[in-house]
Amino acid sequence: MAVRDKRSGNEAVGIAMRQMNPGVVAAFPITPSTEVPQYFSGYAANGEVDTEFVPVESEHSAMSACIGASYAGVRAMTATSSNGLALMWEMLYIASSDRLPIVMAVVNRALSGPISIHNDHADSMGARDAGWVQLYGENNQEAYDNEIMAVCVAEHPDVELPVMNCYDGFITSHSVENIELLEDDAVRDFVGEYRPGHHLLNPGAPMSAGPLDMPGYYFEHKRSQAEGMICAKKVILETADRFYELTGRRYGLFEAYQMDDAEMAVILIGSSAGTAKEAVKRLRREGVKAGLIKIRVFRPFPAEEIKEALKGLRAVAVMDKSEGFSTHGGPLFHEVSSALYYGDKDLLLCSYIYGLGGRDVRVEDILQVFKSLSDDIARGSAEPYCRYLGVTDKEKEEAADGI
Amino acid sequence: MKEQDLIQPFTPWQDTTRGGNIYGSGSSKYYRTGGWRVDTPQFEAARCVNCMRCFLLCPDGSIALEDGQVTGIHYDYCKGCGICSEVCNAGAIHMMSRQEESAHGSER
Amino acid sequence: MAYNMKNTVQKPERLSPGHRMCAGCAAPVVVRTVLRALEEGDEAVITSATGCLEVSTFIYPYTSWKDSFIHSAFENASATTAGIEAAYRYKKKMGLLEKDYKFITFGGDGGTYDIGLQSLSGAMERGHDMVYVCYDNGAYMNTGIQRSSATPRYADTTTTPSGTQSLGKGQPRKDITGIMAAHRIPYTAQSALTANMKDLYEKSQKAIYTQGPAFLNVLAPCPRGWRYDTPKLLEISKIAVDTCYWPLFEVEGGVYTLNYQPKNKRPISDWLEIQGRFRHILKKPEIVEEIQKEVDERWKELLKLSGN
Repeated sequence: MAVRDKRSGNEAVGIAMRQMNPGVVAAFPITPSTEVPQYFSGYAANGEVDTEFVPVESEHSAMSACIGASYAGVRAMTATSSNGLALMWEMLYIASSDRLPIVMAVVNRALSGPISIHNDHADSMGARDAGWVQLYGENNQEAYDNEIMAVCVAEHPDVELPVMNCYDGFITSHSVENIELLEDDAVRDFVGEYRPGHHLLNPGAPMSAGPLDMPGYYFEHKRSQAEGMICAKKVILETADRFYELTGRRYGLFEAYQMDDAEMAVILIGSSAGTAKEAVKRLRREGVKAGLIKIRVFRPFPAEEIKEALKGLRAVAVMDKSEGFSTHGGPLFHEVSSALYYGDKDLLLCSYIYGLGGRDVRVEDILQVFKSLSDDIARGSAEPYCRYLGVTDKEKEEAADGI
Repeated sequence: MKEQDLIQPFTPWQDTTRGGNIYGSGSSKYYRTGGWRVDTPQFEAARCVNCMRCFLLCPDGSIALEDGQVTGIHYDYCKGCGICSEVCNAGAIHMMSRQEESAHGSER
Repeated sequence: MAYNMKNTVQKPERLSPGHRMCAGCAAPVVVRTVLRALEEGDEAVITSATGCLEVSTFIYPYTSWKDSFIHSAFENASATTAGIEAAYRYKKKMGLLEKDYKFITFGGDGGTYDIGLQSLSGAMERGHDMVYVCYDNGAYMNTGIQRSSATPRYADTTTTPSGTQSLGKGQPRKDITGIMAAHRIPYTAQSALTANMKDLYEKSQKAIYTQGPAFLNVLAPCPRGWRYDTPKLLEISKIAVDTCYWPLFEVEGGVYTLNYQPKNKRPISDWLEIQGRFRHILKKPEIVEEIQKEVDERWKELLKLSGN
């Protein structure tokens, strides 16, 4: 029996963690993820979980303690944002190369500097090559659901990789929304017990972890790690199927909204999808064949599936809430355009960097993107393909609308 | 852990251990550092008073003990640092140089 | 329990040979002694910070460790152990593990005084039941003898080279043992290698079997970095102690105890002359005197703290 309730994204994730009752949670406060360990330490203080909560002195130590705990054979979880994730950087790579199924809520926030506590995706996008599976949620319900599914994906013997459950700072983390929570028992049954075969606390069966690899070994260890990521796609989908049976909520690698007959579409990540859906609805009422793809799984990237989904479209805008400074589009744009290298060469593709540091994204902004796509189709070109949406720019009056 | 179970360089990735973990213990005993040695300690049991200084101060665990008595040197691992000889007040360990060794032969 | 050296040497060796530390290195001697203080049959998890010890004792697929061992990075050995110890407490609480485990963490002075200080301080303050052992060789030896905050003043290192305008490192050594004692943890001690190894063995035993966090700082001479002949390990350790450059003491519950007071305190020049890293100052009596003064002051402070 599901429980209907009103919860913020952070509280929903905290509840999911309580329901899974991990062995160790080690965390350090940083806005806007702070509430997650705050809620969780409350559960620990009141005996609602058996977890050892370790209030470490930095995010670097949070991830280090999770690595230690995970190697010791228990479920280990944490949460962070922005600079906290940046401070963990080194340990992110080590956690994934160690093949440890740590689950971390990443409450997306802009990276310093300047300091901004507001949402964009610079933090987790910067960590996209760290070897973690990355799931992104649009709203509180998805943040909650992804936190639970993340554990199953991470611990699957074909995967054994850490997972980030990413959702948007403040927009998702702090807004209170209606949500369907599962019963505690249902969650525990769904994720099952964690009993790894090898771990550090196995009397009479010691192991050594974290070697120095000479060139005769390192590459093979990395290739083996990549195999975990390759297998993750299948496991994510199987887990989503099981989750659908339990909840009736359907998840995939991405959500295709009004894509069946779409001529143009935007592709984006996270809470902006809600805004974009409204824009698509309005355009559809006007007879414009607009569509939306909302990425749920960024690592592994669903290249093949995206290529399929974009077949027959005429123009697509890929929208990144992250400036990768490549000077030719944001990180999601690169993933999509490289997927299309083996696909439809006639598709007009452009990159939009938008919403940095919490810059508001309105339905009108998305409508503006679709308007530009129509123009591209009309003139048969997507040049210049690297664009900004909503930045105040002396040379571009239209951008001033987006403030 | 047996020596033949050691994973060899350029083993296919499918057959290496995930994360580079090693299940078992003490496999470095199959890596013999004795080849690093220049000077070689020679142990003379008759002079040994079992003070254990050589054993306690050997960086390489290369002083052989049996029932609490020093019985010799593990030449597979001894790197020839000379600590054992230096700390031996009984004169039971003598460092033999390469030249001496080739002229007179050594215990090894 | 009185120290019975003859019995202790018969315990099974917990660090396998075949590791690739340099010939004459003190660090594996420190490790062998600390681990010998574990009761036979007691389980342990060993953590190491990145450094000489780690890259020489676990080169895939060769591990020198007989107990469970983990290395993850340079600055986070204490936090890594903290996570393992927390998992251990969880397992014990949940009835998932019967055996008792001890948690011992090794780091060089770089991983302890410098880059690992925050993680160490955090773990000690939180009270994890663990022992942190610093093998202090007074510089970043693994990367090629760069100065650390443990490097003594005037030492010639590759980042504080002596030259026409430089006398080596310009700053005094950080007092890490004092810093750890100031954490008010149950047990803090400073030790060195001695002929019968009683001091280090007993301190290790106390550190391991005291409930809560404990810190050991052990002088670990490095023949390569200090530029002395490898056989001189015991001699150089003894000089360090007899000049009062490296006093042996422990702090329990805030109370300082001096474990050894030399009958004849040797001049600091004895310590400086045996090492190539101080060669450039030996002919500068005013500098040697300055170093003597610093050692004397620190020694006097310690005498006062320990009620002598």
